[in-house]
Amino acid sequence: MATAKKPRRLGKEELRRIIEFCQSVESRGLNPFLVEVDDLISVIKEYYPNWEDPDDLCLDAEALNSIASIIKLQSEWIKRRASSLYRDPFLVEEKLRSLPIEKIVEVFQKAWHPVVEFEQITIGSLGAAMKYWNALAPLDERWREDELALAETGATTREELVKQGLLLSETFSSELEDLWNELKSAVGKDGKISYWDFVGADTYEDTVKRAYLTSFLITYGYAALEVHPLEEKIFILPYQKQISKEDAQPFSFPIPISFEEWKRWREGREG
Amino acid sequence: MAGRPRRLRRKTYYAMRMKRAVQLLFYKRHREPGAKGWELRRRLGSDYMKVLDLLNDYLDKLGLTVKTVFEEEANPPENPSLEQLDKARFYVTLKGSEGSQETKLIGWRIDDLAGLAVTLSFIISKGGKTPRKDLETLLRTKLPGWRVDLNLHRYLRAGYIVEDENGQLYLGWRTRAEVDQKKLVDLLLEAEP
Repeated sequence: MATAKKPRRLGKEELRRIIEFCQSVESRGLNPFLVEVDDLISVIKEYYPNWEDPDDLCLDAEALNSIASIIKLQSEWIKRRASSLYRDPFLVEEKLRSLPIEKIVEVFQKAWHPVVEFEQITIGSLGAAMKYWNALAPLDERWREDELALAETGATTREELVKQGLLLSETFSSELEDLWNELKSAVGKDGKISYWDFVGADTYEDTVKRAYLTSFLITYGYAALEVHPLEEKIFILPYQKQISKEDAQPFSFPIPISFEEWKRWREGREG
Repeated sequence: MAGRPRRLRRKTYYAMRMKRAVQLLFYKRHREPGAKGWELRRRLGSDYMKVLDLLNDYLDKLGLTVKTVFEEEANPPENPSLEQLDKARFYVTLKGSEGSQETKLIGWRIDDLAGLAVTLSFIISKGGKTPRKDLETLLRTKLPGWRVDLNLHRYLRAGYIVEDENGQLYLGWRTRAEVDQKKLVDLLLEAEP
């Protein structure tokens, strides 16, 4: 019961102390076995029932995480000690402090095999560099800003805007609307129709065009796709009223309209 | 008699490949000198290890050697696979430790080289990484502070050490290529003032 009465503030301070202690051991490369992991875990355990706020629980998790890092360091420490390269760092440091500079250099030279590398220029690279230099335009030419062409303001036509893609053509809108109406009347009682039964036409060109328009129906919220991946079936469900763009199908679903696929569909329809 | 021209052709083939290997290994083409195994395989052919062996025999007479640094530095393979060789980096280094002290300083001041020796031994003894501050404290016992900063910068730039954003120093690619780490620490412990 005494645990429950301990103020939360004290507990939080303890956790912070644990985190700082573990971090200092890690960053200073101290012997990780200086940390009594069991003791720290028991402190965390002791305070755990007091935590209610998410912040407190996060602090608790952080403390646990820092102890986990220490355990990892302990494992690495053992591995290193077991390796043939391990020599007591304190002995090495002691030697480095006591040996004169000349002796340290003498020792180092016995274990040092400098890389041989050339950075000299060759006749070939000099020739290539000269060629590059000759072809290089002067700085004032290279850094000259492109001047923007001034254009007179003037009137434009609706056709021009449609051509530039800024406005939808009336034909396109009306075609979409016609297709939507056709879709609404084509669906069965279940309110949906097979994708290929809807976009499929007598010619391949028409099929591609219908598939293209249908994709706009879905994007603009006039219809939705229903995909059954296991049965490999796709249905289209028309909406009676256009829904908002936010509610429209939020993902892209590519459907290949290949000539072979269209042929298979037509043969299936005729057969 | 037919064997002779074939032998000559093979000799010419390997002589040409060795010349190409020398260019690849000696001339610095990237940030790091030397060449990766896959680069050598592409430029010298699939028997590039044989070309390197021949080159090594030749360089041996000049006191040089082809050094292979595997990615698995802590545990270099005894019989490396093709994949391990592809990923390894090959350098040409000085072979032995003979020669007068002056020639072995190769342009370094004795203080700077001692600083490098201390830096590397200290990091090796600490298991491959150490806080920069700890190393600076040790170096300052024998070198003036301004020189410590200057030297550490030089070692970093040359690739002997690398530093992370937390101020921890690690051994760099050049140390792996140039320094026999075990020998260095052993000799240091054996040394008498």
